[in-house]
Amino acid sequence: MNLIGRGQRKIEGLEKSSGRAVYTDDIQMPGMLHGKILRSPHPHARILSVDTGAAQALEGVHAVITGKDMPTTFGIIPWTPDEYPLALDRVRYVGDGVAAVAAVDEDTALRALDLIRVEYEELPAFFDPFEALAADGSAPYIHEPRKEGWNGNVTKKVRLEFGEVDDLMDAADEVVEGEYFFEGTTHTPIEPHCDVGLWEADGRSSDAGRALATDADAGPGDTPGGTGARGKLTVWSATQVPHYLHRELARVLELDPARVRVVQPLVGGAFGGKSEPFDLEFCVAKLAMKSGRPVKILYTREEVFYSHRGRHPFHMKYRTGCTSDGELRSVDAHIVLDGGAYASFGLVTTYYSGQLLCAPYAMPAYRFDSTRVYTNKPACGPKRGHGSVQPRFAFEVQLDKLAESVGLDPIELRRRNFIGEHTRTINELRVTSNGFLECLDAVERASRGKEKFRRLPLGRGVGVAGSTYISGTNYPVYPNEMPQSAVQMQIDRSGRVAVFSGASEIGQGCDSVVAYIAAEELGVPLEYVRVLRGDTDFTPVDLGAYSSRVTFMLGNAAIDAARKLRDKVQEAVAEHWEVSKSEVLLAGGRALWGPDTSRQMPVREAFNLAEARFGTLGATGWYNTPKDVHGSYRGGTIGASPAYSFTAHVAEVEVDTETGFVDVTKIWVAHDCGRALNPVLVEGQMEGSAYMGFGEALMEEHVFKDVDHGRAGLHNAPSLLDYRIPTSLDTPALESFIVESMDPEGPYGAKEAGEGPLHPSIPAIANAIYDAVGVRLDRLPFSPPNVWRALEAARQAGGPAKPGAPSTVGAAASGTRG
Amino acid sequence: MNLIGRGQRKIEGLEKSSGRAVYTDDIQMPGMLHGKILRSPHPHARILSVNGDRREVGVPGHYTLLETLRYALGLTGSKQGCDKGDCGACTVLVDGVPTLSCLTPVWEAEHREVTTVEGLGTPEGPHPLQDEFDLHGAAQCGFCTPGILCSAAALLSSVTAPTRLQIREALAGNLCRCTGYTKIYDAVEAAAARLAT
Repeated sequence: MNLIGRGQRKIEGLEKSSGRAVYTDDIQMPGMLHGKILRSPHPHARILSVDTGAAQALEGVHAVITGKDMPTTFGIIPWTPDEYPLALDRVRYVGDGVAAVAAVDEDTALRALDLIRVEYEELPAFFDPFEALAADGSAPYIHEPRKEGWNGNVTKKVRLEFGEVDDLMDAADEVVEGEYFFEGTTHTPIEPHCDVGLWEADGRSSDAGRALATDADAGPGDTPGGTGARGKLTVWSATQVPHYLHRELARVLELDPARVRVVQPLVGGAFGGKSEPFDLEFCVAKLAMKSGRPVKILYTREEVFYSHRGRHPFHMKYRTGCTSDGELRSVDAHIVLDGGAYASFGLVTTYYSGQLLCAPYAMPAYRFDSTRVYTNKPACGPKRGHGSVQPRFAFEVQLDKLAESVGLDPIELRRRNFIGEHTRTINELRVTSNGFLECLDAVERASRGKEKFRRLPLGRGVGVAGSTYISGTNYPVYPNEMPQSAVQMQIDRSGRVAVFSGASEIGQGCDSVVAYIAAEELGVPLEYVRVLRGDTDFTPVDLGAYSSRVTFMLGNAAIDAARKLRDKVQEAVAEHWEVSKSEVLLAGGRALWGPDTSRQMPVREAFNLAEARFGTLGATGWYNTPKDVHGSYRGGTIGASPAYSFTAHVAEVEVDTETGFVDVTKIWVAHDCGRALNPVLVEGQMEGSAYMGFGEALMEEHVFKDVDHGRAGLHNAPSLLDYRIPTSLDTPALESFIVESMDPEGPYGAKEAGEGPLHPSIPAIANAIYDAVGVRLDRLPFSPPNVWRALEAARQAGGPAKPGAPSTVGAAASGTRG
Repeated sequence: MNLIGRGQRKIEGLEKSSGRAVYTDDIQMPGMLHGKILRSPHPHARILSVNGDRREVGVPGHYTLLETLRYALGLTGSKQGCDKGDCGACTVLVDGVPTLSCLTPVWEAEHREVTTVEGLGTPEGPHPLQDEFDLHGAAQCGFCTPGILCSAAALLSSVTAPTRLQIREALAGNLCRCTGYTKIYDAVEAAAARLAT
């Protein structure tokens, strides 16, 4: 291997550091208008009327739209389409879009919004998930119940049981019960959402249906009576999911998908926050169709906070039983998810809240009962470590409590329960490679955790946690049998390789990964690979940058395409040299004869020989997931992945016992990514993940004003000053250790690295705080007020003190419910 | 044969007859310069000096420096992440001092030397910081990178061998959501070492 496994530049690296890189808001188009969206000031209300007359009459305004212009529901999950691009007759959170305008500039658009008159009838609002769950229909539900007599405030309820949970719990030597609350957090990519829409009413050029469009009849698949039987829509979007956006735009706007093009410029961070369609994507399209001019909408930072789709607040109860040797026997979980106003990915989140807990530890019995509830707040969705970061926090603290009660070192307890490799979890998910033990070894050694545990002075402590995560999902968001990822690759007479890739570059490096693979397999220098990307008009479908799927799936697709081409080049060169094909190597810009490498030619000449022999050289490559590696029960496909990553963290903290201020001094992160295709990028994902988990542990709270504080439903802190994400001065020292377990099905053995390494951050810090001051923090975040309250409770009981001394604090701290 | 041999529209016909067709002079690129051959420079009234170029620019009076750079001068390297001085993505150098261009009225920058990320390097090559950011994977999504580079460049112009704490302090006004900052520190240290030799 010449490139794979070594640190490399990213192909767009210098573009980014020189300021040349183009993001969506950098696009300017002739005649472009600016759009703005009018948003609801009420958390729950009926829309009685919308009067746009005065706005439409304002000079400089070119189009105004309301919910009636797009009366079709959408949703990323095909079974739960429950939102309109603009609210039709009901608003469900402060910030719900009601109308939109396009004008010559932003100032005029904002003035036009002021002229729109909306008449509302306010409705009682639900902010507390337990109140929403207890609703009896006397006040209107947030959504219509799907069946008569059901609670319309419930998105999804899942209860799954594996093994004899109650019997094994009764027989366990030690049982720990705990109640945990995970406060919601949000993604805050530094780039706000932005879209540009362009409508070409006669747009047939470069259109898939253009040849047939000369006929009087509509093209294949055209919606009869659809708005755009002749037109062509292009949307440039800061999205993580151009393919799903493409589908939803076509469906909601009633356009033939062949007449819709989604272009994805570089994306300035996403983290799950751009992984479904948002109101602005439909609005730029519709406003462009109405005005006939390109329209841009750039969210304000405040709008980014209200659009949200971030981590759900989770209320969790766990009972965990083990033997006196620390061997897990039974796990029983009860979770309420506070979903906000719409379903988003919530159906999946509800399953993930339970399904992804079953490794890296073997558990003979497991039950989870999870309910996702609507509330009148911005919708929650997937954030880095979708649905599994919250239960992982609770469970890894449970393990810490169990270790203490059986008198075991917490790392040792985790080792004893290791599930192993090439096995199945209790919920029947297939696990292949598994380097979790090496991860534990690495962080234990580097942190000297064994020497420090329970031995540092009062106020200082260490904590450990482990986790697993998926490398993509075996089943796509909408059911189909087609490949999940694909590339087209061509080689030309100049010795260059062009790769057409529809994968979503959001900073993680997927464009570079296909380039490394093409260069490795075809023997060309990296700078001879061009990646042509992110455009549904010419790149094959990749499902998007979510669920940590891209390296695994796109990587395999790229290898598939490159090897088809390599095969032809080798065959042509072998014929030319009259040697065996298997003896022809492509490396370092040359074709070489293996037995005597002095016999060689520039790879360009080899490509020319192949083109002369086989014709113009291009190949498609694709990857589809195995479909027989999931549970045989209803819901058993959710959580199934072709491979799982594993992570261990040790965190070291200093707690100021007077103020409750927690200083995380260092986090050691070890991650089994299968194989690091570029270790620099893998470390970047590990450090970025640990940083993000650290922020959630100590600082971040995505919370809303409640009825007691006036203006209920308003975001408490919709700015980057008040919603505190860690600065360089807040962030602890981070040290990464890559563990390579060489997955049998991953590209060169690779698995995911983008989300798994976040999971242990929070419980490792919680466990370290306990080691430091003997206080259990079962409620996030570990901000000075929360820590101070727990310390104060400890003081009432004569503490705080290092664990080992009798402590009543744990029970006091875990008795709260959020 | 259904199409071959029959009169058909040209695929770009309506594009041409509607004025949408793009010829070379219709192309605009971010940060694009305009070249002239064998002509002496026209005298322009000086309003801004950006990356060593004197630029005359007409914008609404309330425009910020960031809006002027991005939307009037086509220098889109500087980014808008929050529009209220919280994130630092818009950081540029004004007379060498890191400045939040989203909070700076354009008239405040008149007659002062403005340097954006596009002006850190030279035509011959990138600033060592830009190259080291690439080598160290210090730019993931890259959106905070232009602002961070400007803050780091100001640091390195006054401190030749900064400690890690000095780097952390210099970058405390620039939020990065991808990297956890570690690779950024590595890159700044490597650039400092390169500038010292």
